[in-house]
Amino acid sequence: MTIELKNLVKTFGSFAALDGVDLKIEDGELLALLGPSGSGKTTLLRIIAGLDWPDSGGVWFDGENALARGAGERHVGFVFQHYALFRHMTVFENVAFGLRVQPRAIRKDEAAIRARVKELLDLVQLDWLANRYPSQLSGGQRQRIALARALAIAPRILLLDEPFGALDAKVRKELRRWLRTLHEEINVTSVFVTHDQEEALEVANRVVVMDKGKIEQIGTPNEVYDRPATAFVHSFIGESIVLPVNVSDGRVWVGDQALNIKPNGATPGPSQLFVRRHDMQVGPAGSGLRGSVRYVRTFGAIQRADIALAAGDGETLIEIDTPRDRELKQGDVVELQPTRFRIFSA
Amino acid sequence: MTDAPMPLRLATTDARTEPWLVRWIITGLAIAFLTVFVVLPLILVFAEAFSRGAAAYVAALLDPEGMAAIKLTLLVAAISVGLNLIFGVITAWAIAKFDFAGKSFLISLIDLPFSVSPVISGLLFVLLFGMQGLFGPWLQAHNVQILFAVPGIALATIFVTFPFVARSLIPLMQEQGTQEEEAAISLGASGLQTFFRVTLPNIKWGLLYGVLLCNARAMGEFGAVSVVSGHIRGETNTMPLLVEILYNEYQFVASFAIASLLAMLALVTLVVKTVLERQLDEGQQLRDD
Repeated sequence: MTIELKNLVKTFGSFAALDGVDLKIEDGELLALLGPSGSGKTTLLRIIAGLDWPDSGGVWFDGENALARGAGERHVGFVFQHYALFRHMTVFENVAFGLRVQPRAIRKDEAAIRARVKELLDLVQLDWLANRYPSQLSGGQRQRIALARALAIAPRILLLDEPFGALDAKVRKELRRWLRTLHEEINVTSVFVTHDQEEALEVANRVVVMDKGKIEQIGTPNEVYDRPATAFVHSFIGESIVLPVNVSDGRVWVGDQALNIKPNGATPGPSQLFVRRHDMQVGPAGSGLRGSVRYVRTFGAIQRADIALAAGDGETLIEIDTPRDRELKQGDVVELQPTRFRIFSA
Repeated sequence: MTDAPMPLRLATTDARTEPWLVRWIITGLAIAFLTVFVVLPLILVFAEAFSRGAAAYVAALLDPEGMAAIKLTLLVAAISVGLNLIFGVITAWAIAKFDFAGKSFLISLIDLPFSVSPVISGLLFVLLFGMQGLFGPWLQAHNVQILFAVPGIALATIFVTFPFVARSLIPLMQEQGTQEEEAAISLGASGLQTFFRVTLPNIKWGLLYGVLLCNARAMGEFGAVSVVSGHIRGETNTMPLLVEILYNEYQFVASFAIASLLAMLALVTLVVKTVLERQLDEGQQLRDD
């Protein structure tokens, strides 16, 4: 199912959680909403689910106005950040809940409900926990039961709020891979919210980067990482070296040193230069950005060096990753050459 | 060779062990105090009630005036507990699960009956429904009797016992949040299904606890009821009021017989309360896991 969001606005008091959001989610897609806390991503998810209502704007499911329907009539599977399992029910009854509360006319009989729950518990590989209570499960197990419960109603969309947020690193990695595989298997349009860029880039087909209630960029993980649309996206996704620069006379200046790069049409004036750590290389003499090596450590094929830049007022320390074919030593004076970079006006 | 492990003696066990004399004195003082102020009066109530034998005790209870008081007390308790159960759940729900202007005002309003003297609470209803009161003349014109009748007694009791249910539910519901309800709604449950299948099971022990305390107070309330009752014999006397009346008339056996019923209510309440508190604690531990 496709989901279309048009100009969504939602405020809590004076705080604008969503400030005019437009988004089209394609059928069968696995989409990540990525942003820092307070960026509005969870609010967006809750509005799609019908747990919150926008102040203005529209939500369309397959061209049909979803705002005309309550949460229960939207057939949306929602997995809560802290799972929200029914604590007084067994795992089995938790998963069966959505089937048991259906109107009598369309409710399955007991045998069919049991079969369906069994099938879902098999799907999440936890059928052996059917008679336990949520408090007796580990975090990862609760997460999967919450997912099975959401899938029980055969949802048209699956929404997951920080699905791996409360888990430890190892379980998180496993579950990520598992969610990907599961999505390929059931192929239901899915949207998940995360503040973890690695998670978004690894799991999703497409990533929506949000900040302060607005969408900053929509794109595939590669697009978002390689061609960040804004300064925010560049600094939020992946680690970057950020240098205050000045663009004038068709050159890029750090203090009084001109870099050996072209501004690529950046508007003249004070700007910010963004370079990934591995895109800042030691260049030939005349590259322009001079600094001295403070500290070097090696990780396998690369060496990571702290370099104190000479330019600008005061001393700026940056960290770069370079191949080990040219060994750096503490105290070396080097000139740096960005191989790939972005300039955003400040 | 003695390879047997040495018994471990921790310094802390010594540190909190007082000399035996101190322990005995402190424990003895506590027991003596409780004996004089709690156990002895309780025994006295029963001793006095049975001082002329079991037959006199039963006769006192079966006396028409006694029976009327017992019936009235049960009726008033049933009405006020029933209504406070409904209003208490609604109030707690509103406070715990929604955000709205004036919420903190509503919370302090709930506590009002506890901070006002019961006699004042009763007087409040006299001022509202009495002959000189706000609605008095209108009520008389329409032949509605509130004061010196069951409705007045019920109203005063409801007022005095209102905080119990709401108070015992609010912290519980606040702690549980709204996520389980949201999950139920998004799974297609209706409002009623959500309440009966998700909310109610989660608050049942807290609810029973509130109802228990509410009931104990409703049956035992004296001050507020005394003001609105009018003390019409055989009609508007609840058990606590009858105890006083009989005592003032030197009918000690009858007075203490009725009092013994209230004492038994207190004992039963105490036992059930302990059981419920244990259940609540277990629920707490389940959640903290």
